[in-house]
Amino acid sequence: MTALCEIRQLAVTYRGETMPALKGIDLDILGGERLAIIGESGSGKSTFARALAGLLPDGAAVAGSLRWSTGQPRAGRDIGFVFQDPSASLNPVLTVGEQVAEGARRHLGLSRRQGEARALEMLERVHIPDPAKALHAFPHQLSGGQRQRVAIAAALAARPGLLIADEPTSALDMVVQAEIVTLLDELVREGGMTLVFVTHDIALASGFADRVAIFRDGMLVETGATGTVLAKPQAAYTAALIASHRDLATPPLIREAGR
Amino acid sequence: MRLLRKLLRTPEGAIGLGLLAVLALVALFAPVLAPGDPLRIAGRALTAPFTDPAFPLGTDRLGRDVLAGIVHGARTSLLVGLAAACAALAIGLCVGLAAGFAGGIVDEALMRVVDAFQIVPSFLLALAFVSVIGASVPVVVLAIALGAWADPARLTRAQVLSVRERDYVASARVVGMHPVEIAFREILPNVLPPVLALAAIIVAAAILTEAALSFLGLGDPNIVTWGSLIAEGRNVLRSSPFLSVFPGLALVVTVVAVYLFSEGLGKALSSRGGAA
Amino acid sequence: MTLLDVKNLDKRYASGGRVVTALDGVSLTLSAGETLGLAGASGSGKSTLARVLTRLVPADAGTVHFGGEDWLALSGGELRRRRAGMQMVFQDVLGAFNPRATVGSVIEDPLRIHDIVPKAERGREVAMLLDRVGLPAAYAARSIRDVSGGQRQRIAIARAIASRPALIVLDEAVSALDVSLREKVLELLVALQEERGIAYLFVSHDLAVLAAVSHRIAIMDAGRIVESGPAAEVIGNPKSPAARALVGAVPRLIGQEDRNAV
Repeated sequence: MTALCEIRQLAVTYRGETMPALKGIDLDILGGERLAIIGESGSGKSTFARALAGLLPDGAAVAGSLRWSTGQPRAGRDIGFVFQDPSASLNPVLTVGEQVAEGARRHLGLSRRQGEARALEMLERVHIPDPAKALHAFPHQLSGGQRQRVAIAAALAARPGLLIADEPTSALDMVVQAEIVTLLDELVREGGMTLVFVTHDIALASGFADRVAIFRDGMLVETGATGTVLAKPQAAYTAALIASHRDLATPPLIREAGR
Repeated sequence: MRLLRKLLRTPEGAIGLGLLAVLALVALFAPVLAPGDPLRIAGRALTAPFTDPAFPLGTDRLGRDVLAGIVHGARTSLLVGLAAACAALAIGLCVGLAAGFAGGIVDEALMRVVDAFQIVPSFLLALAFVSVIGASVPVVVLAIALGAWADPARLTRAQVLSVRERDYVASARVVGMHPVEIAFREILPNVLPPVLALAAIIVAAAILTEAALSFLGLGDPNIVTWGSLIAEGRNVLRSSPFLSVFPGLALVVTVVAVYLFSEGLGKALSSRGGAA
Repeated sequence: MTLLDVKNLDKRYASGGRVVTALDGVSLTLSAGETLGLAGASGSGKSTLARVLTRLVPADAGTVHFGGEDWLALSGGELRRRRAGMQMVFQDVLGAFNPRATVGSVIEDPLRIHDIVPKAERGREVAMLLDRVGLPAAYAARSIRDVSGGQRQRIAIARAIASRPALIVLDEAVSALDVSLREKVLELLVALQEERGIAYLFVSHDLAVLAAVSHRIAIMDAGRIVESGPAAEVIGNPKSPAARALVGAVPRLIGQEDRNAV
């Protein structure tokens, strides 16, 4: 796989802040891969995702370079972005159909009818129940998980080559989280897209990522193939992250019940 | 305190506060800056401004000192503006708190009253009130307050409804806090900031309304106000525009100062970062 | 000894012309010093149950006996006094603390309201509680806004144990925390339980968290408890579809060998 984007010495400081959010990141994003950006709060992972997508706020100081192999990507057309909170990223006064079609109509020059057909197709692909009815529904009429499916449909409507998902499941419950991750995996595979998935959950990432990049305090700590990093972490921080993971097999904290 | 410092750090807040401070001092020291009755005949009629050092801003048709009029007028404008705004806020807060806390039929009833007062244009309301009862400072204050209390009432109620649902209010209930203590310690202090930001706007509007009432001859005839000065100058507007322009400028400066102050206050209050 | 006995709780909401059943005949028991994990997806009713139990919202039907008393029948001053025995820790999003409070005042509130210690000793008690949850006593003077998320949750726990309760209801108390902080908070909760014999009703959509701290687990779905039993039993052998979905949803660290096999 060749590099879709070469990031060199990327540094970002928000306006009004003294501490940089990102400090000199060197990373390659390979075409067609599924890359997980893993870090805790304050690690800079969201800043990285936004810098990649060109979504940093005004006045943010950016240093370093982002070199794209296919030329400067256009937001919506070449990059799709899924935000953490679907209640905030969907416009409450527009119907689901309008929002999903928006990107396709603007970038692919589709007519209103074609846009609606495309929206229906996208809603079917993200497995929304009763897609024809959902086209005319408003976001508040859907559940959290359904809203995130709509957001994903909207992000993919113009067939971008790169999908960036910034903690897309953190606002959802566990069961829905598993469904959304499966959906993203499926869509990315079918479309041959590149996926950059930002999360704080290393186990979640391990389920589908080809490579992982561990962030901490604005710096890239470690990167590599998922299996390799999990089996033999180079950095102490990575090892600590792996050790602090808790699943159903981890021994409980309580002593055996004896009242 | 912290808020003051944040306020002064914004350019709007600093300029606004500075101008208001100057105005307040002028109003306070009016008898010192321009001793004697501003309505007395001090010199020759219609002296042009910047010609006679004894009357820097000239004199009006009767020979009254314009500068003295403006300086004393500042007192009235600021006094009436502040008093009317305080009254409007007091009424608005009480009604808004009652509606927000009581809910149900009390809330409905109070909001219909608020609706009624908001439908009537506030200036006409003030006008009608003063015309019926008679022109004096307390009546003018009350008239302006009647037109202005509905907005803070609505805002207060909205704030109460919003703050009531926050987890920290639920937490206070679970801890066993008495409802009255919850109202005063948990809810009220968090309801006030946006309402106080509105206060500055109400002051500005009150000052303008008072000027307008005086201009129309409905203010207290025994004191000098900027509105009455502007009205005086109306008759000689073409030959001696300065008679209306100077008090008009004073009005503009005051209102702009209040707006800048409220902008600065709004910024200072919202910049209170909710760090999570 | 049964500390909490809930029978047939019902709660319905009218929403947009329709009636939503949030709780449908919910019954459960909790013994002193034990942890009952309450698991469910969003909309299962678990948060509503937490709010009904802490008397934040009224129930439509059913009874709750807490410490032998009819808990739902209490009101006014009587209820406020008894609240010392049942406290709550909320999911720490921005709204969990009064933005104007200080760390010390937040912990002192229950001490003052329930007269736990004489006024002269309150400062010392606050310092002791802060220390117990792993924070320096000097934090008492800090504004609650100047404290990080993980620290705020510890303060919430200090506030909850201040009134020496027999039961604490935790509503997604660690869901908003980073993974590394989560572990420390869970360890703290378990230690406090062993020390003070506090019972926990732990509400969460994350079964892994519940597995760590619960003696028994109950699964909620559509307002009903569809499965319950010892924690290891429910997790190892989930019978209901809801339980199976929750078990299946917990992400496991998949290493290289597993991935190749998959």
